[in-house]
Amino acid sequence: MTIEGRNLSIGYPDRLVGSGLNVAVREGEVLALLGPNGGGKTTLLKTLLGLLAPREGTVHVMDKPLHDLPIAERARLIGYVPQVHQGTFAFTVESVVLMGRTAHGSLFAAPSAHDREISMMMLDRFGIASLAQRAYTEISGGERQLVLLARALAQEPRFIVLDEPTASLDFGNQGKVMKEIGALAEAGLGVMFTTHDPNHAMRAATRAYLLRDGTCLAEGPVADVLTVDNLEALYRANVQTLRDERTGAVAFLPG
Amino acid sequence: MLGLVPGIHVFHTIALKTWMAGTSLAMTVIEAMPRSTFPGTLVAIAVLVAGFAVAFLIGRFPVSAGDIVSVLWSKVAGGASGVPAATEAVILKVRGPRVIAAFLVGSALAVAGTAFQGLFRNPLVSPDILGASSGAALGAVLGIYFSLGVVSIQLFAFIGGLVAVAAVYLIGSAIRTRDPVLVLVLAGVVIGSLLGAGVGLVKYLADPYNQLPAMTFWLLGSLAAANVSDLIPLFGPVLIGSVVLLALRHRMNAMSLPEEEARALGVPTGWLRVAIVAAATLVTSASVATAGIIGWVGLVVPHLARSLVGPDFARLLPVSAILGGGFLLFIDTIARSMAQVEVPLGILTAVIGTPFFIWLLASVSKTWS
Repeated sequence: MTIEGRNLSIGYPDRLVGSGLNVAVREGEVLALLGPNGGGKTTLLKTLLGLLAPREGTVHVMDKPLHDLPIAERARLIGYVPQVHQGTFAFTVESVVLMGRTAHGSLFAAPSAHDREISMMMLDRFGIASLAQRAYTEISGGERQLVLLARALAQEPRFIVLDEPTASLDFGNQGKVMKEIGALAEAGLGVMFTTHDPNHAMRAATRAYLLRDGTCLAEGPVADVLTVDNLEALYRANVQTLRDERTGAVAFLPG
Repeated sequence: MLGLVPGIHVFHTIALKTWMAGTSLAMTVIEAMPRSTFPGTLVAIAVLVAGFAVAFLIGRFPVSAGDIVSVLWSKVAGGASGVPAATEAVILKVRGPRVIAAFLVGSALAVAGTAFQGLFRNPLVSPDILGASSGAALGAVLGIYFSLGVVSIQLFAFIGGLVAVAAVYLIGSAIRTRDPVLVLVLAGVVIGSLLGAGVGLVKYLADPYNQLPAMTFWLLGSLAAANVSDLIPLFGPVLIGSVVLLALRHRMNAMSLPEEEARALGVPTGWLRVAIVAAATLVTSASVATAGIIGWVGLVVPHLARSLVGPDFARLLPVSAILGGGFLLFIDTIARSMAQVEVPLGILTAVIGTPFFIWLLASVSKTWS
């Protein structure tokens, strides 16, 4: 099963952001979307989520056009993890995760015992079940990111799309979230995330998609795509490489 | 001394650690228990029952609890109540309708306020954010200006509220942006101030001896004129609107998230927003048409309810309705019994609401940020 954007032109009614884009997220794979600010990452993400209609081209899920699917069915296929936010009301962590079950009930339905069970299971999966009755507004940024991830999983989707999952996290939590992303793909989900750090793509992704000024510079397995040349072209900046003698792992440094 | 200080220090450290361990254990236990909303709900129900009792019992004409029970029972079971006719008339024709009107208006404003605070993701929003009150005010002062009857004035106010919000909504949805909610609020603010100018113009043109006092009195809000015939035009819209809002309460949690996040969860935000705005406008306009403009209830009561049962709309919305009814019963009882003349409700709610809200800001602001 694949989310596939074919010959996409993306943007808003008053502004074209990118065109000629072909992108696919397959189950069991992690696709990292990299590029400078304003390059179209978020716009492409929203288009593939079905939140923004493509200006040209189509997005297909299982060969069905995504934008023709009912909104609830889309939510059962693709879970969305937004950037960590503060939240307006002090909902409990459990309430927040239960919102992920919205697409599985009718418009008037109260959360069922089954919904609660699944929500708790997802919290447990990330080791934060003890936070269930805490206010979402009072937990740390790293915990919030995990709660939003648990909420997306509570949708029981086939794909998970994350918008800069590491942007506001400390060093340790970045590693933890990257590890969870890898685990999701191993569990058979298709994962796509945007990031500003090529090292995160290197660590967690199987494929990378480089987006600059609304066009694709390179796309393919991370080992082929994440090279010094490609990254320098992507960010128009100098890039250095560090290599671990023992494992052969590579890390990039800007400047 | 030198030997003693580290000893004390060690002792303190151990004591502190034990104490902290105990606290953290206690915290874990408290956190592990589901936060029950039951006590908070009971408090709201108690406020409502007390509000009904106080509103029926207190007044210039003395009525006892026994009289009320006998009269109500005779209505249910048939037969004579054995209560003097004058007392029965006060209970059924004067105080009764006013009590029911106060309950309905209070509930309606609180439910609409709660729904709007969620919809607009802002705890400082009140039911008139989209111009329902300003539209109703213009409708009412126009009705008074044209010397219409009471029923027509109410109808003008009701329609004024609906038309104002419809206009705001059309303007808001005509302007395409990524944040439809913000545009809606801004459209509400500008249309509201335009309608306010309209009210000012009508007051300026009105006859200063007959019409202007009537307009001023109406704009300050009162239930003094509430009678049996008012209840049906109030009850119908309030019931319909409240049922719609209560039916959608399980989706309001997700509706209080940013637009795109809610849609990614599978919430049809577009038409759900129309439904919530329409229902809240229906109950607000009907309330304002009956009671005039009563501020603060729709702003303060949702906060009170939130401090009782937490922010989950599934429980918050019904508790707001109960609490709002009880709240306005108390306020209205004070309004008609504290002085020789009736104190306008709008003034009372502001006098009580302002310090209360400041206290709320200082003490429980953590429930929303």
